[in-house]
Amino acid sequence: MASNKKYWKSVEELNENSSIVEALQSNEFVEQIPVDEFLGDKENLSNSSTSRRDFLKYVGFSTAAASLAACEGPVIKSIPYVVQPEEIIPGVADYYATTIADGYDFANILIKTREGRPIKVENNTSAGAVTGANARVHASVLSLYDNLRLKNPKIDKKEASWNDVHAKVKASLAEAKAKGGQVVVLTNTTASPSTDKLISDLATKYTNVKHIIYDAISDSNALDAFQAVYGFRGLANYNFANADTIVSVGADFLGDWQGGGFDAGYAKGRIPKNGKMSKHIQIEANMSLAGANADKRIPLTIAGQKLALVKLYNAVTGSNVSVASVGALDKDVEKAAQQLKAAGSKGVVVTGLDDFDAQYLVLGINLALKSEAFNPSDAKLTRKGDAKAVAQLVADMNAGKVHTLIMSGVNPVYTLANSKEFVAGLGKVKLSVSFSTKEDETAVKTTIAAAASHYLESWNDVAITRSNYSIAQPTIRPLFNTKQFQEALLSWNDNATPYYDFLKGFAAANLGGKSWNQAVHDGFVVTAVGNVAAQAGNFGASATKLSAAKSNGLDLVLYSKVGMGDGQQANNPWLQEFPDPITRVSWDNYVTVSKADAEKYKLENFNVANGGLNGSYVSIKVGNATLENVPVIIQPGQAAGTIGLAFGYGRKEALKDEMQTGVNAYTLYANGNANQTASVTLTDGEHEFACVQLQRTLMGRGDIVKDTTLSIFNKANEAGDKEIYNPTPVVSLDHKEVAATSVDLWASFDRTTGHHFNLSIDLNACTGCGACVIACHAENNVPVVGKTEIRRSRDMHWLRIDRYYSSEETFAGDITTKNSSEGLTGTISTFQELEDPSANPQVVFQPVMCQHCNHAPCETVCPVAATSHSRQGQNHMAYNRCVGTRYCANNCPYKVRRFNWFLYNKNDEFDYHMNDDLGRMVLNPDVNVRSRGVMEKCSMCIQMTQATILKAKKEGKEVGKDDFQTACSAACTSGAMIFGDVNNAESDVAQLLEDDRMYHLLESIGTKPNVMYHVKVRNDK
Amino acid sequence: MKKLGNPKSFSKTIFSLALSAFFAVGVSAQEAVAAAAPAATAAAPATGSGDPVKGKELFNTNCAACHKLDAKMTGPALRGVGDKYDKEWLYKWIKNSSDLIKSGDAKAVKVYEEFAKANMTAFPQLSNGDIDNIIAYTMEVAPAAETPKSATGGTAEKSEGGISNNLILGVLAFVLGILVFMLVTVKRLLKNVIESKGLEVAEAPKGLPFWKAFVKNQFLMVVTAILFLLISAYFMYGYFMQIGVDKGYEPIQPIHYSHKIHAGENGIDCKYCHSSARVSKNAGIPSLNVCMNCHKNIAEFQGSKDSTYVEYTKEFYTGEIQKLYDAVGWDKATQKYTGKTKPVKWVRIHNLPDFVYFNHSQHVTVGGIECQKCHGKVESFEVMKQDQPLTMGWCINCHRETNVKVEDNGYYKKIHEQLSKKLGVDKLTAAQMGGLECGKCHY
Repeated sequence: MASNKKYWKSVEELNENSSIVEALQSNEFVEQIPVDEFLGDKENLSNSSTSRRDFLKYVGFSTAAASLAACEGPVIKSIPYVVQPEEIIPGVADYYATTIADGYDFANILIKTREGRPIKVENNTSAGAVTGANARVHASVLSLYDNLRLKNPKIDKKEASWNDVHAKVKASLAEAKAKGGQVVVLTNTTASPSTDKLISDLATKYTNVKHIIYDAISDSNALDAFQAVYGFRGLANYNFANADTIVSVGADFLGDWQGGGFDAGYAKGRIPKNGKMSKHIQIEANMSLAGANADKRIPLTIAGQKLALVKLYNAVTGSNVSVASVGALDKDVEKAAQQLKAAGSKGVVVTGLDDFDAQYLVLGINLALKSEAFNPSDAKLTRKGDAKAVAQLVADMNAGKVHTLIMSGVNPVYTLANSKEFVAGLGKVKLSVSFSTKEDETAVKTTIAAAASHYLESWNDVAITRSNYSIAQPTIRPLFNTKQFQEALLSWNDNATPYYDFLKGFAAANLGGKSWNQAVHDGFVVTAVGNVAAQAGNFGASATKLSAAKSNGLDLVLYSKVGMGDGQQANNPWLQEFPDPITRVSWDNYVTVSKADAEKYKLENFNVANGGLNGSYVSIKVGNATLENVPVIIQPGQAAGTIGLAFGYGRKEALKDEMQTGVNAYTLYANGNANQTASVTLTDGEHEFACVQLQRTLMGRGDIVKDTTLSIFNKANEAGDKEIYNPTPVVSLDHKEVAATSVDLWASFDRTTGHHFNLSIDLNACTGCGACVIACHAENNVPVVGKTEIRRSRDMHWLRIDRYYSSEETFAGDITTKNSSEGLTGTISTFQELEDPSANPQVVFQPVMCQHCNHAPCETVCPVAATSHSRQGQNHMAYNRCVGTRYCANNCPYKVRRFNWFLYNKNDEFDYHMNDDLGRMVLNPDVNVRSRGVMEKCSMCIQMTQATILKAKKEGKEVGKDDFQTACSAACTSGAMIFGDVNNAESDVAQLLEDDRMYHLLESIGTKPNVMYHVKVRNDK
Repeated sequence: MKKLGNPKSFSKTIFSLALSAFFAVGVSAQEAVAAAAPAATAAAPATGSGDPVKGKELFNTNCAACHKLDAKMTGPALRGVGDKYDKEWLYKWIKNSSDLIKSGDAKAVKVYEEFAKANMTAFPQLSNGDIDNIIAYTMEVAPAAETPKSATGGTAEKSEGGISNNLILGVLAFVLGILVFMLVTVKRLLKNVIESKGLEVAEAPKGLPFWKAFVKNQFLMVVTAILFLLISAYFMYGYFMQIGVDKGYEPIQPIHYSHKIHAGENGIDCKYCHSSARVSKNAGIPSLNVCMNCHKNIAEFQGSKDSTYVEYTKEFYTGEIQKLYDAVGWDKATQKYTGKTKPVKWVRIHNLPDFVYFNHSQHVTVGGIECQKCHGKVESFEVMKQDQPLTMGWCINCHRETNVKVEDNGYYKKIHEQLSKKLGVDKLTAAQMGGLECGKCHY
């Protein structure tokens, strides 16, 4: 049960003799204060003639000089508007509904603006909106203020005017028309009906114009399969709330699979209600977010997954396609197939295999199941790329057939595996134009680099799904001399209408009765759509094809991280510093290998003295392409015989030096297929990772995470005894064991008056996506510290999402496992499994921020009373009072306090967004920017709770039950984080506090936190 | 005692001398003011049958929004309008100008086009008699222009109470000089008397000089040293505590804006201009379009010179209004915005450090606190200044003393009930509501 498990964050912790783990467990700060760093290197320090006495003199002098200098106050100028816009009141935030559509992420969002500056992304919570703003969407507001944006259009690398650009393009278009040359418009998936109309207008005007859609990370096979069944290009939509049994074959549907955004529905079914919750079985190679959340995870190679899919098909449809065993885990796959069949219409299958037959077969299985979670009628329209057409384009370019190439929102020189051929082809194109917000790899190679506006500066319309028609409105005037692609298209079409008017006219037909103003205000319109009919298909043939799958060599599975995605925001320091939810590595991509393969290829990961993680380098070869110097991470749960590598890294153009991290996985993305056969060879050198996984360890306290199984949970509920799965820790009082909650070292205050804030985190609903982490950054001006500092355990994240692996390691657990194994092969594999806990661990994600303890250990040790408690339950931190002793961090059992080792703003050593005027525009004016030498930590968004209270006071009414929010709870689309006032009996948190699954972290030490957690329950049926 | 008679009588004469000087100056100052007063205030109606007094009243209620007597505004200047147009035409025009324009009347079209084709509001409610009265008023002769007091208006001397400080100081110095002179005379006289009588003045016995005796007395030295240290510590503390406290900070602003005239004399509500104080954390410096709400019509200073609130000349104030026009891009002559704007860089007076969160709306709207409580009697300030220290101790004191305005506020209902029961008080101070917690102002 709960306490029988061993939890670990890093493989290193499984090694009993690891001195590093021991050191980390006993030391709060891994390293000593780096005196030599600011006083020069060690050698200089010992050679220098500065004696202690001299040092004191300098200190004395500089203190006196500084205090004298401080006597004269600066003159501060205040410049009001000449004509103040009606809607702007300085000091009051305005919200605008808009839609992000950058070709990879699509969501209806709200933008918070202050004094005309967009500063934060919020979810659009109106009913019917396409939510699911992930970490990248939350971070996109910072990309607006990227100082390396393309600020002017350029012709042949020289700044030019838009008139020149238009003249040149129009001349070329006319020439192409006259000479019969081909014009190609290559865009990402705009999903914008008005843009499509403009491109077709261009085709009408100039003839011979071809529109090719190119997705950097292609879903071409899934689109082809969907088209084969439903006759149009789209992706089936899924609502996992309607499913009791979810089988995913290689689909990271809680990550970026087919555009993502499924976590809200998924989480609904994951919270046990009346003894029931959904069952999630994940068959995959890489450890993905979905795999980490699964009840049962079956690690298989690509070929194994294909066979498993056939087995599912056989079970569901009763077909009898002959299929080989997938090996030791065959029994698990068979069981999954039976469970899926039993679930019937309450079952659903999804796949991420980059294979037409696999995608086609899944549609067949879902149709056979009549799955309620499967919704092709409201198909997603956010991927339309056609890998074949792109391959043809490259061939045509090299054959000299393409006269003019106009690109928008794509970066093929970076994202194409055959980038060299593309570049060669560009040379044969008469005129190439690239619309891009950055002077990226493609824009530096084209004749015209057209400075495109950011989505927060543009009008747009987006059809995210068939029933959704969204409007994007600008939230700020273009910062630079940029134009959006649509405006340029209008100019080339000789259409003098501004794009706004064009859009308004065009949208009228799609607004379904809503007025234009209402649609812009809401950000979207939902229209009723008819059902789509499936055409009869020969799914059996696909199953037969799949059943022939065989592995030959290592399977390389290319994936995208929730942090970096396809890499278009690579210059965004928030995303670079965002630790990957699974590996907890920031500022890098790497190849993930299984422990078995690591031993085979002699690859290692090891921790050096300061706790930093190092790893070997390999070179990966796919076909003729080789990727050198790829760092290795040994990933528990990675299927043996497979390796994984993330897209989005290894960019060089228009990136600050610090951001040029990782290797470019697109070079191995042959034919736009994410599943490749590869070979790896060990190369020399060691890679230094900025990995936070070993930092802030459990300190030997295992009961920080609690999980149980559904059967134990149900049994306990029947017995009415939550102690079975959620035991209250006991302490010794007068030599008797008593519940820790009954003992109190301190006198408690009466907290029933006014507000008392609590944050509830349900470990069952938390998928580990990390949207909250970025939202916290944006709301609280959390600084970015860079790779070397992260490596030194000096990250500043106020909110971290701990990832724990667990394995049944106790004797009792082993016996159960052993007894449940069947047959000879089963038994052997079971024993192998038992031997190696890291082969397929279970995963728990646990967001940890300041717990706002009512009896806070940090408060009692502060010598200057800089941190103190409020009656509203928040633990306050007065930065201006803090003298930086760091006692509080030492005494915090949750390791949530962060120290400003350096000045992170206006400091050239930390050249991130806070070091330039443009990047600082994203700062939240309601929150202080901390200086060097002070502690900081989660404030439970006191600026937001205070603002809510003030709003209620002004309106003269009580605060509504759902009105209190924090940045993290507002960003959480899965409903894992719920914030509110426990003194309001109607609020959700007040009820959650009484829940049987509720527990507090480290209850035994009596800190009485105001953050509560809910025991994770796994469906073991 | 008897000898005291002389010096006393002497000081009396000095005092009376000083007094007479005082009055003399006072009288001359008053005379000067009287001389500079406007010469002509009354003017007889030149022509017409109307009553100019009634006309003035009507003019002010109906016409003044768009017309002035002597300057172009939205409409033309109206002085002498009766000479330019015949009465019948004026009746028609005022009662319904657009009809007149439509009828193609040449004069009407000319005026219409001159003023950017803006129709004049029709006044059918005015009778011909009323219009006669107004015309009578407009036909009054303009008062003679005031003679400018000095060319450099900005440096006009302050003359409070009629006598400048310099004068008083001069008189005092004069008195002191006479006293010194007397002392010297008396001493010489005594010396002469002694010499003439042949007397010897006995030398005083020479003891230790005072400072040597002081140094030798250790007790005194220690006490003095302690006293010295204490006093210097007191002053040091005082000095250091005022660093960064800008109470009384009164910088020169790019436009001389007088709160005394606007908020004091004209009684404009603070929140008319600083409107965001009601809803936002910032009270906000009003944008220039707010100024133009009134100053579109008020192009020159209209206070009279003897008003108590006027501290500068009319030209000076009018010059400052011109600065506003330059900044906002308003052409007074054509009554149009030129589009050329020049934002005003005000010097910020009330500065809280970045680590302090202060919200005006909390105090103004919720707390119902008068602006004057923190900003002083702004309506009496000719130049804006920081009236209060704005230190944390000052904030805290107020939070301790001020009762929260819980009445009629639904938000406080429950909290007030619970807290007052718990604390056994009826009224709650901000501190009792948690207003002293660090995190309420620092985050």
